[in-house]
Amino acid sequence: MSLAVDIQGVWKFYGDFPALRNINIQAAPGDCVALLGRNGAGKTTLLRIAAGLSRPAKGTVTINGGIGWLGHGIGVYEELSAYENLVVFGQLHGLPDPKKTAHSWLERTGLDRVADALVREFSRGMRQRLAVARAFLHEPQVVLFDEPFTSLDDRAIALLQSLFAEAIGKGRTVIMSTHQLREAMELSTHVVMLQRGSMVHFGPRTQEMLADPGYLYRTYGEA
Amino acid sequence: MKTLQQALVITRKDLRAEMRTKETLNAAVSFSISVLLLFSFALDPTPEQTAEIGGGILWMIFLFAGTLVFNRSFARELPNDCLDALISSPASSAAIFLGKCFAGFLLMLIVEILSIPVFTLFFGGKIFDQLPPLAVTLITATWAVTIMGTTFSALTVNLRLRELMLPVLVYPMLLPAMLGAFKILTALVAGQPFEEDAQWLRVLIGFDVIFTSLALALADSILVN
Repeated sequence: MSLAVDIQGVWKFYGDFPALRNINIQAAPGDCVALLGRNGAGKTTLLRIAAGLSRPAKGTVTINGGIGWLGHGIGVYEELSAYENLVVFGQLHGLPDPKKTAHSWLERTGLDRVADALVREFSRGMRQRLAVARAFLHEPQVVLFDEPFTSLDDRAIALLQSLFAEAIGKGRTVIMSTHQLREAMELSTHVVMLQRGSMVHFGPRTQEMLADPGYLYRTYGEA
Repeated sequence: MKTLQQALVITRKDLRAEMRTKETLNAAVSFSISVLLLFSFALDPTPEQTAEIGGGILWMIFLFAGTLVFNRSFARELPNDCLDALISSPASSAAIFLGKCFAGFLLMLIVEILSIPVFTLFFGGKIFDQLPPLAVTLITATWAVTIMGTTFSALTVNLRLRELMLPVLVYPMLLPAMLGAFKILTALVAGQPFEEDAQWLRVLIGFDVIFTSLALALADSILVN
């Protein structure tokens, strides 16, 4: 089976400081990879490189299929309505019927009643749900989310978990960085642990990790 | 074709957002008209003086108004990290860049179209006597400002002092194009035959072609990282 994500020997420097050191990650369709590590370990840098937002100093990143990206910012426009935002991104992704797709995602995320309201009038939870809709709108083959559960309300967490589960079930690949270990362990098939830019662990998620989400942190002396 | 379609999506998005807030347009139009008023009272020019300096005054005002327009071009993408969402979409960097250029170009043209009648009101001049050359000059010179303004807007978007850096970087780069624009517009304000300064139009077109090609070729390097 061909790989959905192939990260080979990636290095990244900020000035002289190596933010990433020789990272190698391969993910097949249907894999969900949880990127773990303390703040500053290199998770966001690695995801930004995978999403094509930053270039590695050395190494290559190959992504087979479209990307659904959600970083720290929600990536939607305050001066546009929820519906207009989704239509814009639907058009950029070349969807056959962006308007219909936008309506169906607004319904799915519970935002259909505020479809024509401007995003600047939205609550934090509504913005997050719209951002999730924007990232999943085009049914991407590879989903790259940077700390997706941070500061989400319960409704958005439930929505995101169901979307992740559905995406993985459909053979899509999810790579997410997170500090929410329990949610990550429940969803993931593989786990990567980064420590000061180096990959200290990459392998399948084990029952031990599921039973004790802090297991890897303790194993690598970061508890 | 796909690049152009994606560029037009971004243009429509920018114009829709701008028409909703009017933050750039209001600032640029009111700035242009205020400065025209101030110049008119400060200089109180005779028709001969208008013929000599009118074109220069107009383009200086358009340039300053242009920095207001282009400062917002990529800064509009900063809230919520929207530029990341655009770059991670299938839209190429060239499409994103071109979409931004089209939106900025149209906003600049609106500012110019509203300012020129005010200029005629206060300064006189024969600028409307030769409409086709006026239109061609405005389009070619405005595109020159647009391509430079958008390029440096993208390059300075993450700088703390971007509002200061943009004009400092853009004005020197625009010298050849503005020289041509000054010459042609001065001739048009004076009512002189356009043919005498037609070679400056070639300079403008050459400038547009060279810098548009360069900007599109380098768009990926400018936007990523």
